[in-house]
Amino acid sequence: MAGAASALFLLDIKGRVLIWRDYRGDVSAVDAERFFTKLIEKQADPQSQDPVVHDNGVTYMFIQHSNVYLMIATRQNCNAASLLFFLHRIVDVFKHYFEELEEESLRDNFVVVYELLDEIMDFGYPQYTEAQILSEFIKTDAYRMEVTQRPPMAVTNAVSWRSEGINYKKNEVFLDVVENVNILVNSNGQIIRSDVVGALKMRTYLSGMPECKLGLNDRVLLEAQGRATKGKAIDLEDIKFHQCVRLARFENDRTISFIPPDGSFDLMTYRLSTQVKPLIWVEANVEKHSKSRIEIMVKARSQFKERSTATNVEIELPVPVDATNPNVRTSMGAASYAPEKDALVWKIRSFPGGKEYMLRAEFRLPSITDEEATPERKAPIRVKFEIPYFTVSGIQVRYLKIIEKSGYQALPWVRYITMAGEYELRLI
Amino acid sequence: MSRNDSKYFSTTKKGEIPELKEELNSQHGMRISLLYFHVLQDKRKDAVKKVIAAMTVGKDVSSLFTDVVNCMQTENLELKKLVYLYLINYAKSQPDLAILAVNTFVKDSQDPNPLIRALAVRTMGCIRVDKITEYLCDPLQRCLKDDDPYVRKTAAICVAKLYDINAELVEDRGFLDSLKDLISDNNPMVVANAVAALAEIQESSSRPIFEITSNILAKLLTALNECTEWGQVFILDALSRYKAADAREAENIVERVTPRLQHANCAVVLSAVKMILQQMELIISTDVVRNLCKKMAPPLVTLLSAEPEIQYVALRNINLIVQRRPTILAHEIKVFFCKYNDPIYVKMEKLEIMIKLASDRNIDQASFTFFQIAALSFAYPFNIVEHFFVLLEFKEYATEVDVEFVRKAVRAIGRCAIKLERAAERCISVLLELIKIKVNYVVQEAIIVIKDIFRRYPNTYESIIATLCESLDTLDEPEAKASMIWIIGEYAERIDNADELLESFLESFPEEPAQVQLQLLTATVKLFLKKPTEGPQQMIQVVLNNATVETDNPDLRDRAYIYWRLLSTDPEAAKDVVLAEKPVITDDSNQLDPSLLDELLVNIATVSSVYHKPPDAFVTRTLSSAQKTEDDDYPEGSEIGYSESPANPANGFTSPPSASFTARASVAPASPPPTPPVPDLLGDLMGTDNGSIVPVDQPATPTGPPLPIVLLASTGQGLQISAQLTRQDGQIFYSMLFENNTQVPLDGFMIQFNKNTFGLAAAGTLQVPQVQPGTSVRTLLPMVMFQNMSQGPPSSVLQVAVKNSQQPVWYFNDKISFHVFFTEDGRMERPTFLETWRSLPDSNEVSRDFPGIVIGSVDATLDRLAAANVFFIAKRKNANQDVFYLSAKIPRGIPLLIELTTVVGSPGVKCAIKTPSSELSPFFFEAIETLLRS
Repeated sequence: MAGAASALFLLDIKGRVLIWRDYRGDVSAVDAERFFTKLIEKQADPQSQDPVVHDNGVTYMFIQHSNVYLMIATRQNCNAASLLFFLHRIVDVFKHYFEELEEESLRDNFVVVYELLDEIMDFGYPQYTEAQILSEFIKTDAYRMEVTQRPPMAVTNAVSWRSEGINYKKNEVFLDVVENVNILVNSNGQIIRSDVVGALKMRTYLSGMPECKLGLNDRVLLEAQGRATKGKAIDLEDIKFHQCVRLARFENDRTISFIPPDGSFDLMTYRLSTQVKPLIWVEANVEKHSKSRIEIMVKARSQFKERSTATNVEIELPVPVDATNPNVRTSMGAASYAPEKDALVWKIRSFPGGKEYMLRAEFRLPSITDEEATPERKAPIRVKFEIPYFTVSGIQVRYLKIIEKSGYQALPWVRYITMAGEYELRLI
Repeated sequence: MSRNDSKYFSTTKKGEIPELKEELNSQHGMRISLLYFHVLQDKRKDAVKKVIAAMTVGKDVSSLFTDVVNCMQTENLELKKLVYLYLINYAKSQPDLAILAVNTFVKDSQDPNPLIRALAVRTMGCIRVDKITEYLCDPLQRCLKDDDPYVRKTAAICVAKLYDINAELVEDRGFLDSLKDLISDNNPMVVANAVAALAEIQESSSRPIFEITSNILAKLLTALNECTEWGQVFILDALSRYKAADAREAENIVERVTPRLQHANCAVVLSAVKMILQQMELIISTDVVRNLCKKMAPPLVTLLSAEPEIQYVALRNINLIVQRRPTILAHEIKVFFCKYNDPIYVKMEKLEIMIKLASDRNIDQASFTFFQIAALSFAYPFNIVEHFFVLLEFKEYATEVDVEFVRKAVRAIGRCAIKLERAAERCISVLLELIKIKVNYVVQEAIIVIKDIFRRYPNTYESIIATLCESLDTLDEPEAKASMIWIIGEYAERIDNADELLESFLESFPEEPAQVQLQLLTATVKLFLKKPTEGPQQMIQVVLNNATVETDNPDLRDRAYIYWRLLSTDPEAAKDVVLAEKPVITDDSNQLDPSLLDELLVNIATVSSVYHKPPDAFVTRTLSSAQKTEDDDYPEGSEIGYSESPANPANGFTSPPSASFTARASVAPASPPPTPPVPDLLGDLMGTDNGSIVPVDQPATPTGPPLPIVLLASTGQGLQISAQLTRQDGQIFYSMLFENNTQVPLDGFMIQFNKNTFGLAAAGTLQVPQVQPGTSVRTLLPMVMFQNMSQGPPSSVLQVAVKNSQQPVWYFNDKISFHVFFTEDGRMERPTFLETWRSLPDSNEVSRDFPGIVIGSVDATLDRLAAANVFFIAKRKNANQDVFYLSAKIPRGIPLLIELTTVVGSPGVKCAIKTPSSELSPFFFEAIETLLRS
């Protein structure tokens, strides 16, 4: 099932080709453009939005990023997952180079774009997408070009994500444990789905080729080591590692060992679906008085320990599209009507644990309604918040050992934070 | 950090090309100071950038070829890359000039800098010009053995490039062996690229080139731990073809692959899943299998946190996986619940999987007793609540705004009702609640699924019919209408005013779509049989009249006549037939054919798995002619307009098919296209006006290429006939293959051809000896033209009748492949050609485009055409296009003058012909298309 891309297109928001690279000479840019512009035009048709489309012998796969489409065309039965993921990786590479990936930045840097397209893919096979290393030999600054005249060792090394000879005066590692809480509550107030997706985000400023070992309060590991679980051990349902982590070793004895890339990266992500009490619970009562007035009463309650505090809480309450004349009162924070979202946005800067706040809002509705009106889109209540120094899962970094042959001491800094991910409560 | 290159896009409009030319050539060959040299180089670089900018916006800057190539010999890497890029784009249109670049390429491939060596060999491989490829061989040979792994990994891919252009060259020069050596390279990235190249070459070759032995397997599994994420995908994909010798080996492989499930790259995870599933087929131990299923579930679930496009691919694949291994995600249905912001394509796929995973355990709380729930909550202390809300979810979705999604949600409820008997009642009540909301498309969809629920559980839920009838007059979609009418007819005896209800439809009978007409007909007959009173009697008269006299739909007419005859001869028999008990329908949510499912599972993560169609549907590359058989492009349809479909699998593929509901189809059968009446050929035959009844005497010729099947064994009661017209030694033959799958020997074969446009008829006798059961016989039947010409519009249909002593007469349609008529004397001299061209009026010139056809190699194509008696006369260049002139002749000396316009190597061929008999041109185009494609 070999299969490779025939060409890679960067298109503008209307589907016109900005830059393309032909890898196999068997698709035509004109056909691709014609096909794709047509596809975008009829976007109202839900079927046409599939990200994989076969047309006249050519399969197109595309993603969108700001005002740019990235598209791959192929005439083979190639690995769709790999190529789509590759497109997302290219977005990361371009962002690393141009800060923002958009039509403008592509035009402004078309020479580098061509160079990158030549390096990251060969004959339609993805080759190399480590932005950090790529920028060592494909540079945006023309004058530094003269210096690098050979590919960095890293490109073909087993450690393909880190160059040798990195040097820092002060060796430091920052480790952020970020947990996103996803929750879905149905209109009966029952939690029908709840999971936590966490990430260990690392920023490393380390010299040389440091060997790192990370210890977590992972129940499987602790039990294997026969340790009494002092404090809480946690069960991670699924873990994904950055490619620097030795997967075979982890499979063997659950040790997380790696040589990190330089700079920031996600060391690992994990998921657990143990049911948690929703951290912030919102109850809304919507009453339609007569046909011209709607009243919303909302109660928001924080259900975590008092010593923690949620910050930047934002509760988005859907209101009918034709609502006018808002009249809002809150017991805490401020609420504003955001007609562009058809929602009332209630912001509370600081929301300590174990508290309850209220909001009461009234809207006018037009007294005449269209009998034939199509039903409105039923948006859920959506909540955003951050709770620093707290994780839902109770995950703990027990240690981060850093060993380099020069024997320097490195300082690891660890922070924890919990945030709302897809936090949705459906209205009745 | 960003630098503004956009200025290169804006150049003065007037005289842009000459201006660029001047800049590119600035101070070549002048003696200059070193300081000035850098200034110059920058100036030249700017000029090349402008050229590339112009190329990017689609301007043709091929006329600057020489000037740009002159800048190629530079120390400046950036400038060199730009020139190379230019070459990739324009070398094809300037093949003769491209040779100018060869020297620099060869020199660069020996540069001390590995970056430049690799760049040279990579770029050379991208220039698909024959002359260049010859010069590529030596540098490639060197680079495959280069000290630097970066060069070797580039060279590995380059072998695949070269194979694509000239497979023979690769084999002759022994590159395949060098490539195989690279599998043992000490650098993981080189290994990965060598695997990708070998896998691709294997795909386009019929010989075994890349066989994975246990030795190679071991090497690749080791490389897997060290290579880049993309390399891991290449290796896993290549290894999924490997068949383990036994369960032990399979378990070992799985053990080595399982850690990949933890990789952050979704493609690595999916390819690992593919490989594990493949090996699991061999593993016998149920414990191991159960354990593996448990291990695969969390990574599959995590894929749903990826980007939506990846989620989509993952969902389409999970759909396949749960069909084969339903247990993997049996407890995970809640992760497929739709999020508010999911794109619609993700929602639709999630819904599909929810239906597949729905079970008595999770569908609905209300179908459980209190004690059952208590017992379950004991077993699942935390998640109990989440297990019961699938039905509620569907209901929630059914009140959303996206019409397609809402319809699918309603359908989902229906399918669950059919699948899960215990939940059926709750499903019905949810459907009734939805009907009460009175959203038109929800009501229509609900009625369609309720009809199926009635068919699954007859005589159970008829009490709700009254509610359904309330919505009768809002129905405007054919399928909903047809469903409602079916319900009324089926339960006419329980609906007091069934006759009134049906009568209300009768007025508009002639305007209704066929689907509704058929149901109305059947429903009225049912009503009449159940309530043979005066009203229904009048109605039946009206309907039968409408359906027989005033319609041109043969299905409707046939059905009406059958009812009519039944009713008029024996009403009791009619009752037995029409009101007979119908078989209960079943759920179809595991709808893929097992063998297709097997094939798709081997192709997990690929386009084919996304579309749920076999992989060859997506391979439209021009393959090397060696393994392409003739019947590949033999059109199956018998009408001219159908001929494109086999070569053009795209049509109808633009969206993955949603599950088709077989049950529904049988209620309202789709009308098949009317078959043309078959003339009584044997009647003609016995008339013996041209005496071509063919007794059997000579031995048959047993070899030759595979022939298209014209009569399937299933149609021919076990006799299968394959046949095709061919031309050999100036004579047309009908090449036939008879396969006897019956239990008895067949003999006494005779053949007759109906009158046809070209007057084809058998020139000799059909020579088929007795065909023993389970054997086949091949024969060549000589043919003549202009024997029994048919009148009427030209057609390529050839109607054939074949008879033997044991079976009835078989009729089948074949298609006349026009190119068999091209005679050997079709070559024309240039002056004759020109003269004939001029002598014919312009109105005789017809042209057609073949957008999908690529002429890769001119020589091969011309040779092929010449072999089919289409002769090359002259060639000229028009801009970047090549124009070819060819000639052919068909019997009675009718000349065909042909002009082919194309850009060699890129898709799209325009074909124009001029001939005195221009009415034959559609046949000609078809023939030329077949010839160009093969």
